[in-house]
Amino acid sequence: MTVYIGSGAGFAGDRLDAGIPVVETLKTKDGPRYLIFEVMGERTLAIAQRIKMRNPELGYSPYLEPYLRNVLKAAKEAGVTIVANLGNANPLGGAKRTHELARELGVEDLRVAVVLGDDLLAFMGADEVASLPSIEGVSIDGKEIVAANAYLGARPVAEALKLGVDVVLVGRTTDAALVLGPLIHEYGWGEQDYDLLAAGTLAGHLLECGGQITGGYFCDPGFKDVPGMDDLGFPIGEIEKDGTIVITKAANTGGLVNKATVTEQMLYEVHDPSAYLTPDVSLDITNVSLADDGKDRVRVTGARGNPPPETLKVTVSADGGWLAESEMIYAGPNALARARLAADVVRSRVTKHGVTEPVRIEIVGTGAVYDNDASDRERARNMPMDGEYRLRAAIRTLDKETAQYVNDEVLSLFCSGPSGGGGYRCNITGQVNTASVLVPRGPVEAQARAQEVQP
Amino acid sequence: MSDMITLPLHAVAHGRTGDKGNRSNISLVPYLPETYPYLLEQVTAERVLELFRHKGATDAKRYDLPNLTAMNFVIDNALEGGVNSSLSQDLHGKTLSFMLLGEFEVTVPKPCVPAGSRYL
Repeated sequence: MTVYIGSGAGFAGDRLDAGIPVVETLKTKDGPRYLIFEVMGERTLAIAQRIKMRNPELGYSPYLEPYLRNVLKAAKEAGVTIVANLGNANPLGGAKRTHELARELGVEDLRVAVVLGDDLLAFMGADEVASLPSIEGVSIDGKEIVAANAYLGARPVAEALKLGVDVVLVGRTTDAALVLGPLIHEYGWGEQDYDLLAAGTLAGHLLECGGQITGGYFCDPGFKDVPGMDDLGFPIGEIEKDGTIVITKAANTGGLVNKATVTEQMLYEVHDPSAYLTPDVSLDITNVSLADDGKDRVRVTGARGNPPPETLKVTVSADGGWLAESEMIYAGPNALARARLAADVVRSRVTKHGVTEPVRIEIVGTGAVYDNDASDRERARNMPMDGEYRLRAAIRTLDKETAQYVNDEVLSLFCSGPSGGGGYRCNITGQVNTASVLVPRGPVEAQARAQEVQP
Repeated sequence: MSDMITLPLHAVAHGRTGDKGNRSNISLVPYLPETYPYLLEQVTAERVLELFRHKGATDAKRYDLPNLTAMNFVIDNALEGGVNSSLSQDLHGKTLSFMLLGEFEVTVPKPCVPAGSRYL
């Protein structure tokens, strides 16, 4: 037996139609078949939590409907089970919406389950959450906590699948759990089958970012060419009971799978490759080997597992104030001198106004993204004076007025700044700050549960 | 030594950046496996740290994956606070892999540069 697991999305904002050819391909396979959607980032939950506070029906992913609309009927008819973190801050609400969508699309007898228990604020006080040891991110002391969600592992996902449903919606689990959960369900891997759990986690890590393993975010024309990026095929993992993984992609699509695409994705967001920590296993990829297995097929073997940590990682989110950004472009002869003068004028104005927060004022086109807030490199470099340069100012503030003020100073360059500025653009966006903290796993896992949601 | 050539890493290797908090990871993978020993020797964690020091980086570690002929750099505090507090256009530092590839030079035998490369 082989378990086939395809990806339909690797982040919230991924192509809405990518899952369609994946389902078409899965339809031709024998054996258990799954389609995953991974759409959560660290900030997603806090935004969803706020939406849920305003309307308790909402708070599931705004992408639930557009992604599922394209595949729900075909997946149900083909017997492809969907596992997705489209539940976000409200898996129950997401399940209800999925049933409504099924009725609208004429999908009959759809069964949906959810995984609950990742929301710490449902059973812990905010003070208690704030006192947990932090491992990274900003200090949350004294800030109002908007969301605190533990990364659950794959076991509750497998529990949900045991209910025999067509769709499993989760909130915060590890991304890899969307893949490891189905594998535990199909193969019955035990809690101490560490090497197998490691292989399943690695399969999840490889598949979770969708097209990032099939040539997306990889192509560098003339160096790493990828055919058909406008029709990038999303990945399908073929996983055997012994943990052997083959990565391939949807049939009749663009993109490519080779050892280079797999290697880049394998190390993506990995720190110590001998200890990629999840609630299910500590994954060690230092002995992983890749082998070509035909066109657009790479075989992945050698994942090793060690016992998981005694704690779970929790993302805690707090209000982060505002980020203001504004830009003005200078082009043609002496453009850099005019952009630099504009930068100096804005710097002087905001300083005299008494803005105390750091303001970054930089010139896009001079290597600004590799520079620092003080533009040390730009000043040291000898750039051509003629060309096309874009002034950019950015500030983070707790009060929106200061954010607006800095944008307005850039706007005022139109009539009061150097000659020939144009193309003013600005935005002010609400921010969420996050910190990662650790929580003992026992009390959280006692809350983790799977349940079916009736139409 | 006449067959040696000094070029940006981009001529001989590729990579991808990821972020967690204020920590960046950059993978580095040579196009040709025979290039790997030269990268191990020259692309040290210390030299990579120097490249990102002006952004506030405080530490860099290198993890080697000989089976994959790859290495993984983990750079602390390279992201000006990361998505929580960076004022950069690129809050996640997604562009940093190309900074490493473009600004770090290595000296390698000419055959380490893939045939047809515009660097030749």
